[in-house]
Amino acid sequence: MLAVNKVAAGYGGIPALFDATLEVRAGEAVGVIGPNGAGKTTLLRVISKLIEPTSGTLSFEGASLAGVPAHAIVGRGIAHVPENRRLFPRLTSEENLRMGAYIARGTFAQRLEQVYALFPRLKERRAQVAGTLSGGEQQMCAIARALMSGPKLLLLDEPSAGLAPVVVQSIFELVRKICAEGYTVLIVEQNIRQVLKVVNRAYLLDAGRIVRSGSAQELRAAPEIQKAYLGL
Amino acid sequence: MSEIFDIYLLEAVLNGLLLGGLLALLSLGLNLVFGVIDVVWICYAELIMCGMYAVYYLYVQYHWPLVLAMLAAIALVALLGWILHQFVIRPVLNAEPINQLLVTGGVLFFLQAAATLVFGIEFKNLGVTLPSVRLGEMSFSAARLVAFGAALGGVVGLWLFLSRSYLGTAIRAISQDRAIMPLMGVDPGRIFALTSALGGGLAGLASCLLVLQYDIHPSIGLSFGPITFLICVLGGLGNMLGGFIAAFIFAQFIAVGGFFFAVEWGYVIAFIFFIAMMFWRPRGILGK
Amino acid sequence: MNYPLHLAILVLLWGYIYTSWSLMGRLGLVSFGHGAFMGIGAYTVVMLWNHFGLSPWLGAIAAFVFSAVVAIVIGWPCFRFRIVGHYFALVTLALSEVTRLIFIAARDHTGGSLGATPNGALVDGTSASLWALQFSSKLPWLLIVTALWLFGLWVWRQVDRSMGRLALQAISEEEEAAASIGIHVTRAKLRITIISALMTCAGGILYAQYQLYVNPDTVSGIAISLQMVFGVIAGGMFVMLGPTVGAAFTLLLAEGLRLAFGNRYPALDATIYGVMLVLFIIYMPKGILGAALEGWKAARRRKAAPA
Ligand SMILES: Nc1ncnc2c1ncn2[C@@H]1O[C@H](COP(=O)(O)OP(=O)(O)OP(=O)(O)O)[C@@H](O)[C@H]1O
Ligand SMILES: [Mg+2]
Repeated sequence: MLAVNKVAAGYGGIPALFDATLEVRAGEAVGVIGPNGAGKTTLLRVISKLIEPTSGTLSFEGASLAGVPAHAIVGRGIAHVPENRRLFPRLTSEENLRMGAYIARGTFAQRLEQVYALFPRLKERRAQVAGTLSGGEQQMCAIARALMSGPKLLLLDEPSAGLAPVVVQSIFELVRKICAEGYTVLIVEQNIRQVLKVVNRAYLLDAGRIVRSGSAQELRAAPEIQKAYLGL
Repeated sequence: MSEIFDIYLLEAVLNGLLLGGLLALLSLGLNLVFGVIDVVWICYAELIMCGMYAVYYLYVQYHWPLVLAMLAAIALVALLGWILHQFVIRPVLNAEPINQLLVTGGVLFFLQAAATLVFGIEFKNLGVTLPSVRLGEMSFSAARLVAFGAALGGVVGLWLFLSRSYLGTAIRAISQDRAIMPLMGVDPGRIFALTSALGGGLAGLASCLLVLQYDIHPSIGLSFGPITFLICVLGGLGNMLGGFIAAFIFAQFIAVGGFFFAVEWGYVIAFIFFIAMMFWRPRGILGK
Repeated sequence: MNYPLHLAILVLLWGYIYTSWSLMGRLGLVSFGHGAFMGIGAYTVVMLWNHFGLSPWLGAIAAFVFSAVVAIVIGWPCFRFRIVGHYFALVTLALSEVTRLIFIAARDHTGGSLGATPNGALVDGTSASLWALQFSSKLPWLLIVTALWLFGLWVWRQVDRSMGRLALQAISEEEEAAASIGIHVTRAKLRITIISALMTCAGGILYAQYQLYVNPDTVSGIAISLQMVFGVIAGGMFVMLGPTVGAAFTLLLAEGLRLAFGNRYPALDATIYGVMLVLFIIYMPKGILGAALEGWKAARRRKAAPA
């Protein structure tokens, strides 16, 4: 479904990602793990074209994404939940969802119902200004906003960051549910233990390079991951 | 004696209220553009001047029906707003903020001079006189009443648009987080251009109302441009509600000050009030 | 002979006024209010002369005091409360409008929007009166404005010397950084503002005496304030001679077009000027002289590199 082939990217001439090659197949949940500053966010930003790759190719459902501007990506079926949620703080939670459905206005009411079924909490908070939602609610709202466009592929950037342990649990529960609904998910996480329970496969990114990949079980069992990241 | 005095004062206050509506409308487009794009159009009043000339020529020279001439003027100024953004603002969008202010100042020079060149310096008048409306002892110009009504209509219309429509929501959203708008499938450049056209359209609406009350000449922009900026700043740049309140405060200063002294003194008092307020509430009356 | 002299006087006088403005402008203090100081200078002197027979030399003292007070009353709170950028520009714009409107509103004394003429002092064939600062020939004026212009450049130099480039840069770009290297930002800005205001005020006085006419629209208000800003931008505000180049450029453009087309196209110069301003700000934000110097430096570097 998504093929990233030897992609490199950087900021103002300083490279942050080198020769990244990865693939996401339809129906899969794939994780990208790695330490701070590894380039995980950069990878997602390249996929949704917020930054242009300096080399390499991207394709989605067989069609190249070269030359596709950032604002056309969501129309192709890729929705991106950015790092730190980035809700519009002075819009209400429902208005945020409306922005998510900007390109899919016709199906807004129907999508809203689906999303509220998934996140009943958001329905209670629909008229509340997003800036005053709790951290967990904000993360739900950010994910819900991305789902409003009816994506085929969902990019999640550290959905558990900055949340209390209990809330982290429920967010991963939600991610599992979303995967079960048939969405294809590419998720970036530092909470490796948790994310490996949710995804089918994962890539390990370090210093801008993909250094390892494999199924969730393989990675969980890999000694270097156990040592460096799982603290075993 | 005191009775007559009171009724004239009341008349001044009510006229100030009507003027406030007009000033509120004037500040609306400027505030919208600033709130979304973060750029002050110093040439805003000159856009309005263009609209006034458009109404004048279409109505007086080409004998269009007045309403049609006004609609055309609104469309024209909307187009000017769009052009201004695409060709003047966009190239300096990432430059120093002060350059954005200055570049529109260049446009001010250009429009004012071009109007002198093309239309000459003589004053032009639409020749439409609306009757004055009497209310007991007091009288009000119908043009002002119409302007007040249209201004309120413009305000309510804009508010509905911003709060109800997708585009309006996007316009509000983009001022809160420009960088992630593409993730919503929104092209920020397009929203900016549309906002500019909308701001221009509001300037066009203002020009239709001003042309009913004032003569047109190439430097008319200088006579109400400054006050429009000050209203926006006093209300908090980009804060439309604040601008609305500030417009009515200013209008009262002008009307009541003009009642006791000369009109210019009314302005002087309003401007000094503005400067004093800036030191008390630098981010506007509703700012934090 | 008179015409070139007249041009030279105007270029130097405006060059001086633009230089005064740039003292602030290059620190990021973009003032739209310098029309106020020019107007205070022009009107104070002419009014004191006309109504009280006070010599412009004494009137100048009053005008300086007045300008300094206004500069402090506006400047201090602005710098104290960090009113910068757009807000500073618009507050100062209000100031220049206030002065213009006061000159108009006090029409019983000032002649309102028709302006006023200083009472003539040159009766029965006298050609010069230093006391009244009126001269019938242009030569004394050329000497006066040349001296003033040189003085303006000297002040620019002194400001550079006394504060140091680094400190200036620090103030304009990073208030915190400037404060941390021990510069009292508010005081430094205020000092520059007062210097700039007084110099502009002096320019206004001489302008009024040279033209023997004051008018609210030509010595104060937003139009004249914008003219200063844009003259400076055309020339370049970060180099010492930039403002003068801007003055020369705008004046010669206007005169050139007037010579070419006569008075057939009254605002042609301003129209072209407006377009050029827009293009300048977009493509040449350092101004004519700034860009030229940069180009020259780059060319020299290129020449030096292979050797
Ligand atoms: N906007 C930016 N400008 C310059 N450099 C940046 C920018 N964003 C990220 N970088 C740099 O690029 C590299 C990769 O950053 P990235 O945000 O992709 O890391 P990450 O893996 O998402 O880290 P984290 O887990 O902390 O979110 C880092 O060295 C970072 O400093
Ligand atoms: Mg990250």
